[in-house]
Amino acid sequence: MRTRILIVLLIGVTVAAGAGAGEISGHVSVEGRLFFHDALHAGQDDQNGSIAAEPEYFHEWENGSSFTFIPFGRIDSADSERTHFDVRELNYLYRQDNWYFRVGVGQVFWGATEFVHLVDIINQTDFVEHIDGEEKLGQPMIQFSISPSWGNIDIFILPYFRDRTFPGEDGRLRTSQVVDIDDPVYESSSEENNVDLALRYSNTIGGADFGVYLFKGTNREPYLVPPSRINPADTDTTRLIPFYEQITQFGADVQYAVGNWLLKWEAYSRDGFLDPYFATVGGFEYTFYNIGGSNNDVGLLSEYSWNDREDGGLTIFQNDLFVGARWTPNDTAGTHVLAGFAQDLEQHENALSIEASRRFGEHWRLILDAWFFLNTESGGVLNDLRDDDFARLQLAYYF
Amino acid sequence: MNQRVTLSVCLFAVALLAWPVRAGQPTPQERGWTIAEEADRRGSGFGDSIANLQMILRNRQGQTSKRQLRIRTLEVGREATKSLCIFDTPRDVKGTILLTHTHNHEDDNQWLYLPALRRVRRIAARNKSGSFMGSEFAYEDIATQELEKHTYKYIRDEVIDSNDCYVVERYPVDKANSGYSRQVVWIDKTEYRTWKADYYDRKGALLKTLTFRGYRRYLERFWRPREMNMVNHQTGKSTQLVWSEYAFATGQNEQDFERHKLTIIR
Repeated sequence: MRTRILIVLLIGVTVAAGAGAGEISGHVSVEGRLFFHDALHAGQDDQNGSIAAEPEYFHEWENGSSFTFIPFGRIDSADSERTHFDVRELNYLYRQDNWYFRVGVGQVFWGATEFVHLVDIINQTDFVEHIDGEEKLGQPMIQFSISPSWGNIDIFILPYFRDRTFPGEDGRLRTSQVVDIDDPVYESSSEENNVDLALRYSNTIGGADFGVYLFKGTNREPYLVPPSRINPADTDTTRLIPFYEQITQFGADVQYAVGNWLLKWEAYSRDGFLDPYFATVGGFEYTFYNIGGSNNDVGLLSEYSWNDREDGGLTIFQNDLFVGARWTPNDTAGTHVLAGFAQDLEQHENALSIEASRRFGEHWRLILDAWFFLNTESGGVLNDLRDDDFARLQLAYYF
Repeated sequence: MNQRVTLSVCLFAVALLAWPVRAGQPTPQERGWTIAEEADRRGSGFGDSIANLQMILRNRQGQTSKRQLRIRTLEVGREATKSLCIFDTPRDVKGTILLTHTHNHEDDNQWLYLPALRRVRRIAARNKSGSFMGSEFAYEDIATQELEKHTYKYIRDEVIDSNDCYVVERYPVDKANSGYSRQVVWIDKTEYRTWKADYYDRKGALLKTLTFRGYRRYLERFWRPREMNMVNHQTGKSTQLVWSEYAFATGQNEQDFERHKLTIIR
């Protein structure tokens, strides 16, 4: 995989150089993470530092077609798996009035809710980056998008599958058994070369934005299984093997704005290796604007997620309630604070997160976030993270 | 019967009396509406436009902070306008796009594209009085001023900066969500350009004053200012807007202003 990324990187640099004058932007950052409890496993550190860069090259031709190249890299002091490189985007876009065509490595987000991203499926999660799962790996794709008067149709051909990243043996925020990312197992005989397909229809009607899609291909979310389940002779109990099934998934997402309310809903029905099941998440954000005549906005959020998976009790989001608050003072520093609390209604575990950021000057942004995993004794999914409460401070320079 | 006839005659007489009064001396409300309508008529019909905008934010101590934006606008008939605000600086919000569809008679639709997450978020329809990106401009000041969103009243004539102006008060129709109880605007009599606007908060106190400078005419018809300066009297902060590189009839169409396109617009 690393050689492939290197080759793609090289192609990006060559094309960028060939395309000539373009726009260069992006950011570099330093980050420190501090864990509040002693590590659960030998070899793990209680703090780590890292540096990361995500430059962006963009060139647009006279006819509106464009070339985008966004490499990414991180060097981490503690976790060799968190030291990683990726090509977030490397694509050519050709556009006409009511259709466009994109080929290369791209990023696409689908969804509406804040705490759980259920229906988002095109890009793999770069899980080693952050436990919130918001960072995504670049996905090789051919996208064709057409917008007739009755909505938008997007067709995706995804010729190569990206494995999810996981923390290594020395990394924090990992399962007790290390995920062996070098030895994944695929249900498809073509393994990571299985060609995945997606078809999506989306539209806006009045205050509502909605989309429905069909995805057929490799599930981005692996089952983590003991090696003996794959090969009975392999009795190693210190590691987990990612198993990527083939799925057919129907998904839908809606966001609807009315008055001070934003209503959000996502759902999918998935047919794969296990019995078919249904998952959904829905909720709202209500915003109080200009509190007391000031510029302060406060939004209150709540979402509920549920699925009827047969092994549901072992998965996160199976019967969970989320509440949160967002504070936006609308100041010149672009300050933003979001606090969230997750309650597993079955395992009675909790997670609490607080994220705050502001700009300094014209080029710097400071981000502070902290995560706490509470009531983890019940042995649910958060049990492995019981000693991994942490705070992260990141300073980024944008150019 | 008699009573009815008397009543009819009276009503007819009143109507006769009222008619010339109405024709000769319209009410202040009618005059206000006529002036606003004429200003709106003269400002409409440009089709589409592109402009660069620099926002200079000043706090009470005089420290400044700058934002560079590109604004694209499309008229959709007489009833609606679509616009894109694309951020180039500060660099951490580069590529952030605000898409607004305004309608004469309904709530506006607004979306914010966040490039880091490749995500389009709806903005709640009632966010009118909120500050636009930390500036002294509220969303309702930035959004295109559709005629029917206010009621009007002519106050007096006044010469400001050697421009002979109508002074017109306007009141938001959507009182519950506007940050203002009223606005007073100075509109010149020859070209119907706005030169000054006073904004009064919901308690009726003077909140902000907006002044316009450096008007230039484009396509031989459309006047656009080079500078707009909004001063907040209550906080001492101000925001200056400097417009440049106006271009009209650039061939943009409705497809360029659809939510779905936000992910590929630069």
